[in-house]
Amino acid sequence: MDSERFSIVRGPVDPRRFESVAGAGEGALVTFSGIVRGTAHDGRAVVGLSYEAYETMARIEFEAIDAQARERFGDVRLWIAHAVGDLAVGDVAVVVTAAARHRAAAFEACRFAIDRLKARAPIWKKERYADGAAQWRANETDE
Amino acid sequence: MQIRLLAFASLREILEAPERSLSLSEGATVGDAQKLLEEQFPALVPHRSSMRIACNGRLVDSDGMLRDGDEIALFPPVGGG
Repeated sequence: MDSERFSIVRGPVDPRRFESVAGAGEGALVTFSGIVRGTAHDGRAVVGLSYEAYETMARIEFEAIDAQARERFGDVRLWIAHAVGDLAVGDVAVVVTAAARHRAAAFEACRFAIDRLKARAPIWKKERYADGAAQWRANETDE
Repeated sequence: MQIRLLAFASLREILEAPERSLSLSEGATVGDAQKLLEEQFPALVPHRSSMRIACNGRLVDSDGMLRDGDEIALFPPVGGG
């Protein structure tokens, strides 16, 4: 397995990191980029996020998501990169790319992958607020 | 036996270190390790119901058996993406 398909990177992720990964058999490429928002769920002003990950287990989880996506959607391939460290508002925290022969499978696999990642991958974020406070935030199920 | 203990996010802050070594008697379970840690760090107790524990990269239950050299990781609900 290409080790570059699943990675944890220090600092923001380049949203174009995976734009040229599709092979000759793949007619569809769908990419999701998750970007640091300037407001928290409760409306507080956010100046940035600090991410940390259990890196070895996160990569295992990314590989598991890739295998599950193939079981569900057929011949799809995933690429996932997630940031750790300090990010500013507007930085890209995660990029998920799905490649498939046709667009339906690529869209579905990309949505599946980011939803699974948010629910399961051992990655955590601390919101840093404009007033100097900071707080760890778990994902809500409807995010 | 010696266990390598990792902790992440809010639990890392409670343990005041990302990594520790834990001495346990032979035959100890994940639950035994958790109990020992709660005695040393009572601030862990309120996290008991939401905490997840992985052993060597896989999620485990409290009755999982530990072996010398295992790496266990404590973490709170995840927040990636």
